[in-house]
Amino acid sequence: MNGDAVISIGSYIETLVDWLNVNHAAPFEMLSALMERSVKLLEAVLLFPNAFVVMIVVALLAWKVAGRQVGALTFGGLLFCYLMDLWKATMLTTALVGVSTMAALLVAIPLGIWSAVNPTADKITRPVMDFMQTMPPWVYLIPAVILFSLGRAPAVIATAVFAIPPALRLTSLGIKEVPKDQLEVGKAFGATQGQIIWKIQIPTAMPSIMAGVNQCIMMSLAMVVLAGLIGAGGLGGEVVRGLTRMMIGVGVRSGLAIVILAIIFDRVTQGMVALSKR
Amino acid sequence: MTAETKVLPLNSTKPATLMDQHAAKSEQVPAIECRHVWKIYGKNEQRAHQAVKTENISKEACLAEYGCVIGVVDASFSVNQGEIFCIMGLSGSGKSTLMRHVNRLIEPTDGQILINGTDIGTLSTPEMRALRAKKIGMVFQNMALLPHRNVRDNVAFGLEVRKVPKKERHAAAENALALVHLDGWGDRFPRELSGGMQQRVGLARALASDPDILLMDEPFSALDPLIRRQLQDQFLELSQKLKKTTLFITHDLDEAIRIGAHIAIMKDGVLVQIGTPEEIVTNPTDEYVADFVAGISRLHLVSATTVMYPAVDFLRKFPEVAAEQLPSVGPDDDLDTLVEIMTDVEANRVAVRADGKIIGIVTRRSLLRGIQGKPTEKIQFDAAQPQDAQAAGGA
Ligand SMILES: Nc1ncnc2c1ncn2[C@@H]1O[C@H](COP(=O)(O)OP(=O)(O)O)[C@@H](O)[C@H]1O
Ligand SMILES: [Mg+2]
Repeated sequence: MNGDAVISIGSYIETLVDWLNVNHAAPFEMLSALMERSVKLLEAVLLFPNAFVVMIVVALLAWKVAGRQVGALTFGGLLFCYLMDLWKATMLTTALVGVSTMAALLVAIPLGIWSAVNPTADKITRPVMDFMQTMPPWVYLIPAVILFSLGRAPAVIATAVFAIPPALRLTSLGIKEVPKDQLEVGKAFGATQGQIIWKIQIPTAMPSIMAGVNQCIMMSLAMVVLAGLIGAGGLGGEVVRGLTRMMIGVGVRSGLAIVILAIIFDRVTQGMVALSKR
Repeated sequence: MTAETKVLPLNSTKPATLMDQHAAKSEQVPAIECRHVWKIYGKNEQRAHQAVKTENISKEACLAEYGCVIGVVDASFSVNQGEIFCIMGLSGSGKSTLMRHVNRLIEPTDGQILINGTDIGTLSTPEMRALRAKKIGMVFQNMALLPHRNVRDNVAFGLEVRKVPKKERHAAAENALALVHLDGWGDRFPRELSGGMQQRVGLARALASDPDILLMDEPFSALDPLIRRQLQDQFLELSQKLKKTTLFITHDLDEAIRIGAHIAIMKDGVLVQIGTPEEIVTNPTDEYVADFVAGISRLHLVSATTVMYPAVDFLRKFPEVAAEQLPSVGPDDDLDTLVEIMTDVEANRVAVRADGKIIGIVTRRSLLRGIQGKPTEKIQFDAAQPQDAQAAGGA
């Protein structure tokens, strides 16, 4: 396929991935196991109690951070998913999004802070983020499958990688936009560099960081659905089932459930953004 | 509990520090001293500095040839313990740059800055941080309160970075808030406060660690004139109570005169004149300063001695004047007092007495010229009738 290309990027990457797979499999296996277990644990926590208990608890939390309307919306949306007989798939998708988002944020926020305070780091992360954001999402699935085979682990890892850029960018932007005179306050009152980051820059950048978290979650959800293609299961799996068997009903109802989840995630995290602005 | 009886708790437990070694001789040592401070912004600052110093190139040439901006040019001044020293100048004249050398937010291109006699250029980073945290409080033009902290935690910020325990720093914050009459506002957030109140929080933050020195960079400039006036009065009152050495920047000469014991006038990075308000107003060194002081009311600034004729000359010229019968003022009484007396008792002349002895005579003419800002003429003794004769001797 690549036979005629002068520069055969594809084959270089293939070689690299194969080499990693053969010679450095251990760390990938560990990561894979960690992700697998985290998803399993979160899924178990969500499925262990009665579905209505989960609905009420989640709705109350949503109410607390985002107001009564969002609380009601959350309850209604989850109830609808339950009544469509998609409760298990919805909870699995939630677990996948949860773990992917966590993993993405663990990388994105520290790197975002680092590239805001260090120009060299910024020079490196910026083009990498550009690259990652313009790459079509399904391309991420291929190396993930080669390195981690099929299932939830490659889904979570591909998703996390895909969801890093917006969170990293918005964190970095928020930190850079902290007014100069606030930094001067830190210095003038004798704060150390670390104290300036923790006590001034991060709190002041919180709305922007939270907006990054919101973006990260939304992108995770989109990607987790796509990862139904590689056997992640959940609502994405349902969509794939509808597609491969040409069952319009299955496709539409799982599509609806995804829309509902997306709205809930978005409204709740928007509420968190608003909270952090106060 | 009134504000007067409150003492900031840290005051009593102050550990002995570098600065206290000088406490004994602090009477003589200026609190702040700048010696030939230069600041050139830019990569080539040293080369640009040499060029400005030796060839005296203009700031345009400095920017064109070296890509450097001239911030401060050879500034030397000293601020006495407990006094308020104003730096006045137009926007961009280098006031903020000069002030930021005092707590070393900016490193000088050349020159020394001494705090209580210690050259702060020799301090290590931790020593410098400690000096900033304990000895120097700063107030900013745009308040620069931290929006995510409530008022109390904003005020306690300086103590927090020094790891003072929570209870202690909150108590200190409450005391500082009481000093600026904001007791009870600790739980609010900055955005809930008016501009004037925010700036009082800024002042409380600077006062919370009971520093020896206050740096105030146009603290009232962003406020409405009425609020500005109120805050000036409050600040003066507070200042008389706390007696902190204060470096105060303003672009408003009226404010400088109301607040400062000494005023330095800055132009294009150069301190063109340093003096008391009276010296600046009565004796401006150049056109630039003269333009500034042209519109200033002299009534409360200029003293009787400045507008009087020396008693010896006056009485020799007009021996018929019964000086002992004239109403009298002290040498430091201002022109306003003289106007008051002359209009009240319809007097044409007022004697100036120091320790009971008459040292000079103020006439209507000399007073009016003084209000205009013109100097009092010398009394002439030659044959020609002196100009002043009618006004001074007549009536
Ligand atoms: N960080 C900086 N880099 C370069 N030039 C600066 C910097 N800070 C101030 N300047 C320049 O130095 C001059 C003095 O500025 P500043 O001290 O802020 O004046 P003021 O406080 O009197 O308004 C101005 O020409 C300003 O543009
Ligand atoms: Mg300024």
